Amino acid sequence: MKYSDPYLSGVALGLVLLAAFAFAGRGLGASGAFATTASGSVAAIAPAYAESNPYFGRYLARPGGPWREWLLIEIAGVVIGGFASAALAGRLRRGVERGRGVSIGSRLAIAFSGGAVMGIGAVLARGCTSGQALTGGALLSVGSWGFMLSAFAAGYAVAPALKRAWR
Amino acid sequence: MSDILLPLAIGIAFGAALERAGLGNARKLTGQFYLTDLTVFKVMFSAIVTAMLGVFWLSRLGWIDLEAIAMPETYLRPQIAGGLVFGAGFALAGLCPGTSCVAAASGRGDGLAVVAGLFSGVLLAGLSFPLLIDFYDSDARGAWTLPSLLHLPYGFVVFAVVLVALGGFFAAERIEARTLRIGRTSLTASDQPSLTSREAAVGAKPAARQA
Repeated sequence: MKYSDPYLSGVALGLVLLAAFAFAGRGLGASGAFATTASGSVAAIAPAYAESNPYFGRYLARPGGPWREWLLIEIAGVVIGGFASAALAGRLRRGVERGRGVSIGSRLAIAFSGGAVMGIGAVLARGCTSGQALTGGALLSVGSWGFMLSAFAAGYAVAPALKRAWR
Repeated sequence: MSDILLPLAIGIAFGAALERAGLGNARKLTGQFYLTDLTVFKVMFSAIVTAMLGVFWLSRLGWIDLEAIAMPETYLRPQIAGGLVFGAGFALAGLCPGTSCVAAASGRGDGLAVVAGLFSGVLLAGLSFPLLIDFYDSDARGAWTLPSLLHLPYGFVVFAVVLVALGGFFAAERIEARTLRIGRTSLTASDQPSLTSREAAVGAKPAARQA
């Protein structure tokens, strides 16, 4: 099945974000779910260290603990919603998206390293495309717009070197 | 109970919107960086403009309280540096944190690899946080907004962002039309049926290769 019109799906996404602002008093996010999962995992292995670490410690100190974090539950919803939408549209398919220039193995390795680099960037920036670009973008936060512009600038700077992986 | 049901419902709608738009597909998403498919820009800016206008008008009408919405605090230099690192990773991964979860949920192995990479990256940054914390907390500007940066009224900035987005949509349509034209001529010229990339560019049929 064909993907929806980008403007219509964008408006729908904007209404979801607006609903989050109105009903939850906060916006969307994604990298925070990874941060709280990492904090909970470290705490399971080395509880005293995790609590003393200023990054993990913050997630551990939240009411309900790291596994009840709002963004983690929201991301569980994203997985359910993404799965259901793909199933309804006949787009559930096991496979690896890649260009003709790379093998499946190298695409997976590139994807993993890209994810790791993004994770480090998202920690420094206090969020990602969801929590900063979309949420802070709509609230006109200066830092969020700075994040969005610098992220796309870096993406465009790096992309030509990676063309073989995609085209 | 609503502290579970509300984020879960919002997440389900969020994931479905991303999937419907085609942003669970890394090939479609990376079209943004090669100017063959500007879906990322169109979806992001339609969403930002919709939510921005919603917040502006609902608060003006007194239906929502702006003060009740958590405003992200600005730490300008670390956020710009983080953005640069993030953007490089984004072009490598072909997916961002939210869309990688959608890609993984719809069966894509590369989505799962990005999810695993994100976890490792956040873990690594967390473990090295004592080295990062001074920079992380530097250049703190509080809840700083574009209207206060530009010394312009809130409504004026909202209107300007709408105009910039509309100009961007117009430019995006022209860029895509030009890329498609070039794609078509090179297709007949080179006699190479690059159907997969053309289909991905049009968004008609996502071209996933079977693992």
